[in-house]
Amino acid sequence: MKKIGENLYLVLIFVFLFLPILVLILFSFNTSSLNIIFEGFTLHWYYDLFQNSTLLESLFNTLIVAGVSTVVSTVIGTISAYGLYKYSFKGKNIVNELLYIPVVIPEIVLGISLLSVYTLLQLELGLFTLILAHICFCIPFVIISVRSVLEGIDSHISEAASDLGASRFQIFTKIIIPMLMPGILSGAQLALTLSLDDVVISYFTAGPGANTLPLQVYSMIKTGITPDVNALITIMLCFVFVLLMVSTVVQLRRLKKEVSL
Amino acid sequence: MNSKKLWKFFFICPVIIYVSLLIALPLIYILLISFFQSDYYGGMISTFTIQNYIDVFDQVYISVFLKSIFIAGITTFICILISYPFVLAISHKKPRTQKILMTLVMVPFLTNSLIRMYGWLVLLRKSGVINQVLMGLGVIQEPLSLMYNMIGIIIGMVYTLLPFMILPLYSSVSTVDPYLLEASSDLGASKMKTFFKIIVPQTLPGLFNGSLMVFTPALGYFFIVDILGGGKMMILGNLIKNQFLTARNWPFGAAISIVLVLITSLVIIAYRKLGGKMEDLGGA
Repeated sequence: MKKIGENLYLVLIFVFLFLPILVLILFSFNTSSLNIIFEGFTLHWYYDLFQNSTLLESLFNTLIVAGVSTVVSTVIGTISAYGLYKYSFKGKNIVNELLYIPVVIPEIVLGISLLSVYTLLQLELGLFTLILAHICFCIPFVIISVRSVLEGIDSHISEAASDLGASRFQIFTKIIIPMLMPGILSGAQLALTLSLDDVVISYFTAGPGANTLPLQVYSMIKTGITPDVNALITIMLCFVFVLLMVSTVVQLRRLKKEVSL
Repeated sequence: MNSKKLWKFFFICPVIIYVSLLIALPLIYILLISFFQSDYYGGMISTFTIQNYIDVFDQVYISVFLKSIFIAGITTFICILISYPFVLAISHKKPRTQKILMTLVMVPFLTNSLIRMYGWLVLLRKSGVINQVLMGLGVIQEPLSLMYNMIGIIIGMVYTLLPFMILPLYSSVSTVDPYLLEASSDLGASKMKTFFKIIVPQTLPGLFNGSLMVFTPALGYFFIVDILGGGKMMILGNLIKNQFLTARNWPFGAAISIVLVLITSLVIIAYRKLGGKMEDLGGA
C-alpha cells in the first residue's frame, strides 16, 4: 500500500515536470495553428520551420553560443582549477571568494553589470558579448566540478612521474588531465546545460543581431507564436534527449562496474 | 623568467584575468553607477549622490521588495514540501532505478526555462489545455483564471526552480544511514517522528543549499512574472529590467541591484552560519 502511494506520487511529480514540454510536442503535430485543441496530425509545421530563416538563425545562434562557451569555459576552468590547487599567490583567497559570485548572485545583477561594462568599454552587443557573458557564468561551475576531483587525487603519482623524468607538460597532459576527466566532463555538461537554459543574462547581453531561441520565443509571445516554434522545440528536445541517454548509459555502465568490483 | 615561473604564470593568469575583468570590474562599476545621477535622457552624470538609495525606500518600491520576498519565500516553501516526499520515494528504489529517475528529473531542465514557461502559458490560459479538458469533462462551467495572477507566477517559479531543491536534497538523503531509520521505527517512533527527528536534521545541509538556490533566483526571474503574471505584477527582476531598458535610469537600476545583492548576501551569511559550504552550491 505504501509502495503504491509512493509510486503514485512519483508519477504525479513527473507529470508536472513533463507536462509543459509534452504539450508543445503534441501541438507541433497539430493541424490547427491555435495551440488550443488537438484537431489532427500533420508534419506541416516541420516543413514551415525549414522555410523560416529567422527561427533557424536563432537556433544556429543558440548552438554556437552554447558550443563555444562550453568549450572555452571548460578549458579555462580546468586550467584555473589546477592552478588554484597547485600554486599559491597573493590574493588567492580573494580570487577564491570572487569565483562564487556568479554561482550565488541573482542572474539579473550579473546581466546588467555585464551590460554596463560592455557599454563602458564600447563593445557592440552581439554574439561576442553574449558568448563572453555565458563564459563568465559557466567557468565557476567547471572549476568547482574539477576541484572536487582534484582533491581526491594522489599527489605522489605526479611526484613519481617527475622523479622518473617526465616534464611538467607530460605530467599535466598524460597524468593530471586523464585523472581529472570525470570532473572535466561533468563540468562541461553543467556548462552546456546552463548555457542552453539561460534567459536572464542573455536578455541583457545579446544584441539585436544575436537572437537566441529563447529570446526569439520571448519576443514572439508578445506578438503570437506560430506552431513551427513547437516543431523546433521538439527537434531540440530530441537532440538533448539522445545526448542525455548516451551519458546515462555510460554512467550506468560505470555504476555496474563499481558494483561488480 | 624560468620555466617553472612560466608554468605557474600559465596556470594562474587566466583565472586572475577572468575574476578581475568579468566579475570584479562589472560589480564595482555597478556599485559606482549606483551613486551617479541620471540625466533623464538615458545618460548618467558622474557625481556622488545617495539619492538613488533614498528613492529605493519609496513606498512603491518597498512594496515590490516585499512582494518579491513573499513570492520567493512561498516558492521555496512549496519546493521543500514537494521535494522531501519525492527524494525519499526515489531513495527507496534500486540504485539503477534511482539513477534513471534522477536523470529524468534533469530532462525538462535541459530545455530552456523560457520555452517551458511558454508551455505553461499554453496549458494555463483561459482557452488553454487545462481549462478545455476540465470544461470538456464537465468539472467546471466557466474557465478558471490560472494565470495573469499570483497562481500563475507561483506555478512558474516552483516549476522552474524545483530541480534546484530536488538535487541537493537527494544527495543529502542518500547519505542518511538506513539502519538509523530502521532503529528508529524498531524503537517505536512514528513515521512523522522519524521524519522530523532523523531525516530532517540529517539532511539540513541539502535543505539549506536547496533553499538558497531556489530563493535567490526567484527574486530576479522577471520573464516568469512577465509571461505568467501578465505584465501587471512586478518583482525586483522586472523593476531592475525596466530601469535599465525602458526607463533608462541606470543609476537607480544599479542601486536596486546593489540592495538585491545585499539581500542575497544576508541569505548567504545565514547559510554559512548554519554550516553550509560554498563549494556545495555549484555541484548541482
